[in-house]
Amino acid sequence: MIPTPFVLSCLPETPSQTAGPYVHIGLIPNQAGFDIFQNNFSGDIAGPDVAGQRIVIEGKIFDGAGHVAKDVLVETWQANAAGRYNHPADNQKKSLDQNFRGWARTGTDFGTGLYTIRTIKPGSVVGRKGRKAMAPHVNFWLASRGINIGLATRMYFGDEEAANSQDPVLNIIEQPERRRTLIAARSERDGAIVYTFDIYLQGDRETVFFDI
Amino acid sequence: MTPEAEFHQRDRDLHPPAYTPVYKTSVLRSPRIPLWSLQNSLSEVTGPTFARDELGPLDNDLINNYAKTGEAIGEQTIVHGYVLDGNGQPVSNTLVEVWQANAGGRYRHRNDTYIAPIDPNFGGCGRMLTDEHGYYFFRTVKPGAYPFRNHVNSWRPAHIHFSVFGTGFAQRLITQMYFEGDPLIPYDSIIATIPDKSAADRLTARLDLNASRPLECLAYRFDIVLRGRRQTLFENKLQGS
Repeated sequence: MIPTPFVLSCLPETPSQTAGPYVHIGLIPNQAGFDIFQNNFSGDIAGPDVAGQRIVIEGKIFDGAGHVAKDVLVETWQANAAGRYNHPADNQKKSLDQNFRGWARTGTDFGTGLYTIRTIKPGSVVGRKGRKAMAPHVNFWLASRGINIGLATRMYFGDEEAANSQDPVLNIIEQPERRRTLIAARSERDGAIVYTFDIYLQGDRETVFFDI
Repeated sequence: MTPEAEFHQRDRDLHPPAYTPVYKTSVLRSPRIPLWSLQNSLSEVTGPTFARDELGPLDNDLINNYAKTGEAIGEQTIVHGYVLDGNGQPVSNTLVEVWQANAGGRYRHRNDTYIAPIDPNFGGCGRMLTDEHGYYFFRTVKPGAYPFRNHVNSWRPAHIHFSVFGTGFAQRLITQMYFEGDPLIPYDSIIATIPDKSAADRLTARLDLNASRPLECLAYRFDIVLRGRRQTLFENKLQGS
């Protein structure tokens, strides 16, 4: 098939619908309470052969009344330790880590509401059109009952103050206090580096969500 | 990143808004501050890719992929179609995941307490990669309708949940597919979150007699359209890479 080089966008996108309360069945069946696939996707993506500093990202997700949302699907997408995405559109001259896809999936816990991602800290990625570098960040995508269309946001690292202050995305957010909703605090626990990233779906502390 | 890799802006009028009081759970889970519009960077135009060997041979056969003592009970059904982008180009090798209730309307989920029985031979989930033409196919049993606590007499029409990736994280989509002719469709609070009637109607799969297997099962056709990139050439390069 010979592609036509300049086709206008012509087909309307399929509309989104909520992932519903049973999203776990399809996407994280172990959390739904059964075992069906041989290979399961997970929130633990820092395998032994992956290069980079091991980190834990964890947090809770709050609704507009301050309740913890205990049935949310959390997916993350990030660059490797060198700051390159494992994808053909990333043509930065940085090393690719074949052991690292960069994508994690988990759910908030039915009991505690906590989600946990075990990964590596990503490097800095070049910004749009090759200008300014973006500060290290992890892209988040949330879906659940009550969320009609997946919510996109980003997590930045609290110990990257200098890079964060130059980040072209954080800097388009007009109010500095809203930028802070995207910055995860670093702590250490039992020898592990933990970044705490709580997400507020609504209310006084509403997290910045992006139309990407 | 080349400008060709960018996605066309999402037409949000085709989607449900975040806040839809007709669907009560959305009220407290909907951001009220407008989304910040973000031009695409590498973070949005890239996304995870999946390999065929990550999936098992029965992953797209919901009639057999959880079989313990026999096949799942219900009306055996084929669901198939194409994943395309907004430019009409096939989205090949992309992961499609599905989940659903069993034929009685019960989900295999620790939080589902509906009176319909669990089918010991039905898990209710499947997954597949599209082929080079963007085509996907799976076998299942037709799900039953079931009640949910929106209003005391709210019933969901029979539906299958779909999760699709595309080639960039900005294309990520979760939706639901309905069955042509289901009398519950006009009463459904979830479909009603979509203001555009013709957009909502595209979630109804059509009976596809040509794809049915005579004396065995009926088929339904459901095509999925993801956002298009600014240049179709980019897509073709991706497929060849």
